[in-house]
Amino acid sequence: MSELKVIPLRPRGGGTGAAGAGLAEAEATDEINASEMRREHEDRLHRQEELIEKIEPAKLIEMLYQMILIRRFEEKAAEAYTLGKIGGFCHLYIGQEAVAVGSIAALRPDDYVMTSYRDHGHAIARGTSPDEVMAELFGRAGGCSAGKGGSMHLFDRDTNFLGGHAIVGGQIPLATGVAFASKYKGTGQVSVVYFGEAAVNQGVFHESLNMAQLWKLPCVYVCENNQYGMGTSLARAMSQQDVSQKACAYGLASEFVDGMDVLAVYDATCRAAERARKESLPSLLEVRTYRFMGHSMSDPGNYRTRAEIEKHQERDPVKVLAASLKNKGIADDAKIKEIEDRVRTEVERAVKFADESPEPAPEELFTHVYANPINVTGKP
Amino acid sequence: MAVITMREALNQALAEEMQRDENVFLMGEEVAAYQGAYKVSKGLLEKFGDKRVIDSPITELGFAGLGVGAAMVGLRPVIEFMTFNFSILATDQIINSAAKMLYMSGGQFNIPIVFRGPNGSAYQVSSQHSQALESWFAHFPGIKVVMPSTPADAKGLLKSSIRDDDPVIFLEQERMYGMKGEVPDGEDFTVPLGVADVKREGTDCTIVARSLAVPLALKAAEELEKQNVSVEVIDPRTIRPLDIETIINSVKKTNRVVIAEESHPFCGVAAEISAQIMERAFDHLDAPVKRLSGVDVPMPYARNLERLALPDVDKIVAAVREVSYM
Ligand SMILES: Cc1ncc(C[n+]2csc(CCOP(=O)(O)OP(=O)(O)O)c2C)c(N)n1
Ligand SMILES: [Mg+2]
Repeated sequence: MSELKVIPLRPRGGGTGAAGAGLAEAEATDEINASEMRREHEDRLHRQEELIEKIEPAKLIEMLYQMILIRRFEEKAAEAYTLGKIGGFCHLYIGQEAVAVGSIAALRPDDYVMTSYRDHGHAIARGTSPDEVMAELFGRAGGCSAGKGGSMHLFDRDTNFLGGHAIVGGQIPLATGVAFASKYKGTGQVSVVYFGEAAVNQGVFHESLNMAQLWKLPCVYVCENNQYGMGTSLARAMSQQDVSQKACAYGLASEFVDGMDVLAVYDATCRAAERARKESLPSLLEVRTYRFMGHSMSDPGNYRTRAEIEKHQERDPVKVLAASLKNKGIADDAKIKEIEDRVRTEVERAVKFADESPEPAPEELFTHVYANPINVTGKP
Repeated sequence: MAVITMREALNQALAEEMQRDENVFLMGEEVAAYQGAYKVSKGLLEKFGDKRVIDSPITELGFAGLGVGAAMVGLRPVIEFMTFNFSILATDQIINSAAKMLYMSGGQFNIPIVFRGPNGSAYQVSSQHSQALESWFAHFPGIKVVMPSTPADAKGLLKSSIRDDDPVIFLEQERMYGMKGEVPDGEDFTVPLGVADVKREGTDCTIVARSLAVPLALKAAEELEKQNVSVEVIDPRTIRPLDIETIINSVKKTNRVVIAEESHPFCGVAAEISAQIMERAFDHLDAPVKRLSGVDVPMPYARNLERLALPDVDKIVAAVREVSYM
């Protein structure tokens, strides 16, 4: 019988490319992760200059605009929630905007996007109008899911946004199936799926990665590692906390990405999407991020210190990009103010649209249960 | 009309629908190279290739979810569970994803998928391999549940299920794969979902039976005829949506009803049918509705105990005599 071998983790090298770049530290506490992240960010700053030069200014401005739009949208949603206009669970994306915006900017319009219940940012980044997203949160007929899905179940067929899914990990095999269909039909469409780091502990994450690599499916798995699953920190929930390393078990390519840097996310997703499109191969991106708000609107958040949150807010993804663009002379204060003004108008319009949109008609209770309803009662 | 087995009928339905629509594919454990644990997919790999007939790893939740995702974007997957006992691992994707997707997306994403495989008891395979799960799935709006009891129904209903735009749970029965029957020729033959079939007409008592219980009920009816009891046997064929109208009409005629099933009684399909009869035909009943279900215990291994746990012809005869006050 052969002895059990422990494979030593390789130190994380620069955060790009190599499959299985891993944490060097034996104990990956949140503190170590955060300081590592900062070191990495410094490295990244000069790489970011190169990236900025590679990306068209209009695209950079668009990313800044989208991040600000999502930020202000979410702030408005929080306000509407406290006013009782939004019910149920409402998970905000504040702090994580760079992940959806950077990755979706790397996609083709006909690619597919799917995510968890924390989905407002992804829907907006994908192009669903904030009006329809807000109306959905308000439970109105004009919502992108006709008022039947709510905050956790935004869907938009027009933008190939395949939904918010509220069972932790549930969207991972679904997106794998979407990638299967792309390959089956030979369309070259990439399937991108987002999930929290807590979803990595679900069996179906592992089942999906295994199938994706086995059958060479064009799927990009984006783990938004915000370091908490509700009130449970990564360190308290995961025996081996280097998520990107988990790809090794299935032979997948993986990368560790700084999720506070929208351009790093964009860059890594470009590589992963190309791998999917050209080679029909899946990738796992572990995007390290942080949510600035509670898990949902009902979370007082007393499992984290103010200091910890503030430490991450220093690297607020919106501020990071705005600063870089200013440094490079791509956007000045006037331009940023112009974006803020435009966003304010759009968010106000979204609230107005949602307020004015009617509630779903009572008959809608019974529609959309079946695509081919069968009348068995003999009644019309 | 050719006389073929249930297994062959299912195989024909799969082959014809795969021929008809290239978006149909079959995935499951051992469906391709091994030709199916029960040989239902025999010859399909050779005919359609490994793009469309796919051996999956033993990863029920994973491949069920993969199927639902593929269905969201236009494919029509047929997902085989080696047996439905293993579908229990996949229920999250069937119930939380497939059944709800159309509704929670406000009508944008329907899920045209079939989950199929053997359900219910087999031959002494004990507790974990003998479960009849129709009441689980039938509980949820958004899903259709189909249970054929003859080769013709199996073929016609499977073809309709594959063409249907909603998720269908298609429950076969291992003990019935070898059962022979006449099946109409021609690729256009289908049996509509949601329509019950009167398997035998009668005037004195109605037996509602599905799947394995149908041949038992028909034998019981023959036996009862000798005792001068005329029995009507109704097979709903589709459990959800349920063609209750046909059942009610029969009860109005016979005024007595026995519901035979191999699944457990508690919160079962017979309980539902019984409640609906009570709600809609109470005044027509001459005796309380009688349920004859599988016994309310996990399935035992020993042959004698297994027999005791399942409905059989004698038990059905006794149940009909009971409601007839004989
Ligand atoms: C299967 C399942 N278990 C539990 C829950 C309740 N729940 C919702 S979100 C959540 C935490 C998930 O954390 P993570 O995956 O890291 O995503 P994040 O919320 O941080 O974006 C839990 C426990 C659920 N929705 N689904
Ligand atoms: Mg998390």
